[in-house]
Amino acid sequence: MLEALLSAATPFNLMLALIGVVLGTIIGALPGLSATMAVAVLVPFTFTMDPASGLIALGAVYTGAIYGGAYAAILVNTPGTPAAIATALDGFPMAKRGDGDLAVTISCFASAFGGLVGALALLIVAPPLATIALKFGPVEYFWLAIFGLSLIAVLSKGATLKGLIGGFLGLGLSTIGSAVVGGDVRYTFGNPVLLGGIHIIPALIGLYCVPVLLNMVATQDPHIERAATGRGTRVGEALTLMWRSKFNLVRSSVVGTVVGILPAAGGAVAGLVAYSEARRTSKHKDQFGKGAVDGVIASESANSATVGGGFVPTLVLGIPGTPPDAIILGALMVQGIRVGPQLFVEQASTVYTFIFGLLFATVLMIPVGLLIGRTAFRAISSIPKAVLAPSIGVLIMIGAFAVEQNPTHVVMMVALGAFAWILLKFGFEASPIVLGLILGPIAEQGFVQGYLIGNAGGNIWGEFFGRPISLAIIAFTLLTLLWPLWSDRKTRMRLKGAPE
Amino acid sequence: MKTLNRRQFGQTLIATGAAASMPGIVRAQSFPSRAINYIIPFNPGGESDVTARFQQPFFEQITGQSVVIQSKPGAGGATAWAQLNGFEPDGHTIMNTIVPHTVLQPAMKDVGYQTADINNVFFFHYTPDAVVVNVDSPYQTLQDLIDDAKANPGSVTFGGSGTNTANHLASEIFADMTDTITTYIPFKGSAPAMTAVLGGQIAAAMSYTTQGVKAGEQVRTLAVATEERVAALPDAPTFKELGFDHVGGAYRGVAVPAGTPTEIQQNLSDILQQINANPEFQAQMTAAGYEVIDVPLGDIPAFIEERKTAYGPAIDRLKSA
Repeated sequence: MLEALLSAATPFNLMLALIGVVLGTIIGALPGLSATMAVAVLVPFTFTMDPASGLIALGAVYTGAIYGGAYAAILVNTPGTPAAIATALDGFPMAKRGDGDLAVTISCFASAFGGLVGALALLIVAPPLATIALKFGPVEYFWLAIFGLSLIAVLSKGATLKGLIGGFLGLGLSTIGSAVVGGDVRYTFGNPVLLGGIHIIPALIGLYCVPVLLNMVATQDPHIERAATGRGTRVGEALTLMWRSKFNLVRSSVVGTVVGILPAAGGAVAGLVAYSEARRTSKHKDQFGKGAVDGVIASESANSATVGGGFVPTLVLGIPGTPPDAIILGALMVQGIRVGPQLFVEQASTVYTFIFGLLFATVLMIPVGLLIGRTAFRAISSIPKAVLAPSIGVLIMIGAFAVEQNPTHVVMMVALGAFAWILLKFGFEASPIVLGLILGPIAEQGFVQGYLIGNAGGNIWGEFFGRPISLAIIAFTLLTLLWPLWSDRKTRMRLKGAPE
Repeated sequence: MKTLNRRQFGQTLIATGAAASMPGIVRAQSFPSRAINYIIPFNPGGESDVTARFQQPFFEQITGQSVVIQSKPGAGGATAWAQLNGFEPDGHTIMNTIVPHTVLQPAMKDVGYQTADINNVFFFHYTPDAVVVNVDSPYQTLQDLIDDAKANPGSVTFGGSGTNTANHLASEIFADMTDTITTYIPFKGSAPAMTAVLGGQIAAAMSYTTQGVKAGEQVRTLAVATEERVAALPDAPTFKELGFDHVGGAYRGVAVPAGTPTEIQQNLSDILQQINANPEFQAQMTAAGYEVIDVPLGDIPAFIEERKTAYGPAIDRLKSA
């Protein structure tokens, strides 16, 4: 262990961690350039390094990119990566009212904390934790997706009916293309371009960012409030707020770690689940969606914790926990490293060097994040809109194209963006649509697989309702849906009972 | 000027001789003239991506040009294959292809391309089919599984990668040759199907040897679809040993856009064949569970016809299902 700690702390490895975090943060901050892409681009460079150093570089870029997504989410209301969807919900309202600097600083500390929790879980309890990934079968993913969809009630900010309509719209969009399960070609209207379905990243950029851009041009107001001068990064204020929210911080980090372990879930689901739990248990529910610090803390700590969590099944079972992990797994194979339960014994020095490197990278994220964050905030809040809007416009076009070097994605992004802008005028938010789009395929595949398995075993009901983890998720879903009703009623009863 | 010592002289002589005896190398000076764009129709980290990355350094070594691996996933590969013939037909854009996918997909649905639209220049390996179960599974041998499937028709679940894929086809071929009824459960890729085997949600995976190698001691491979046993899985019997005539899997090749000059196609075929001949490349492939094969340009039409015939009955069954 100590030996691994020392070899992770060599100047070369620390330099890799630093460069990785800086690169990752910048890539993640650009809408369209995701963590998966950052890792994929870097992979060939790591082949010349020894395995531990290569892994540290990849892990650092990955961590940085997941965090970098927060900037665009907070400052432009555009999740730079799907993992930052929940960050935009309260981060952007904070920026709107002039607390963008505070939101960026808080997101940095929350990310670092979540990242540390995830990496420590990987360091200390990886092998037993990995079995969680195996406990989740098709049925469990189905129920997890249903639980995720119940968050529409949370996200629709009072307009539940419109939220549900948006959710169904998203589910509908998710069925376009050739179905993984069943192989049917659906709603492509004979156009092979639609065969691959609606790609999530162009959809994210279109649905979130394009309406912001159009509003930026259509209104006179400044995009976000400018910072009062001489306020610095508001580190003290951020730390005080974090301390007040310590239970939320720890809970969200644990949620992120566990969701990261589940191969079909990922950062977006982790952030949303942590967000909804933070809201459910908060004393100030009405603040959520209007710039609640707790919302940013929950989302950012959870999505960063998925990095360490995702490495758990990747290294222990050879099952990639998240899409970037799949690429890292491929890189390991090329390096000739065989993952599996024996890895922690046979390749202990490589594995532990990597984990310590990941911890260092996470710590380095604090200064890097504060510095880049301050620059980004100043830039976005002081650049005139006449320059800002076209610059972001060009960036998102490049981002949508870069996903798969496919010009169709740019068209798709613009079309969905225009659509979202019109919907927004009628009070339909983007989040329920995105939720449907992300969770639709998970629910569909889980349901069909569960049905086929249940049918083969002659017990379909038992398959869906007879498994302990499924039942627990169902209970949580009901809790999320019914809790607001119950607490509303309690409040009303108390008010009634109180003397005039 | 530095003079060559005897050993260097000998090496130069051998190299010159080798170059002269391989027409591909001599012409390779004019082709490729710039970086090669190697498109993979699947996500990074999968078998197509990994084997392309195995080829990459050798390709660069032989041609002196860099190879850029680019991922264009979607619709089980169909998105990229439907776009293949839209690229510049000069040999600098090449695309990974898979049989049976490019035979099966157009036969089942309108996917924007036909099997004949794919101009393959070389098939460099196949990833053999394999039946994989959890190490704790009651099935010790393939016969145990077959017996159970016969006693309880439809109750044995086979997980595999997607619908109308190599795994799906293999499970149909399996049902056909063992005269059993099993339930095929499609997953989003071979990795999630293996996860379900490890988690015990499904009875077995109709997967690939590579997955059996990757999962190591957590699984038992009951049969592999090769002529000889696979080096990386020495304990797994071949279907042939067990009395079933089944050899095959996912055959991976390289295709070029329609209209690419025959000379360049031949060049590419030669380069890929040369990579296949490299012992270092072979060792990497074999260790991971892949079977290296040479199907050069001239043999492609016969190879595709032979595969189409082999898949015929199973495709008919899938269509009627």
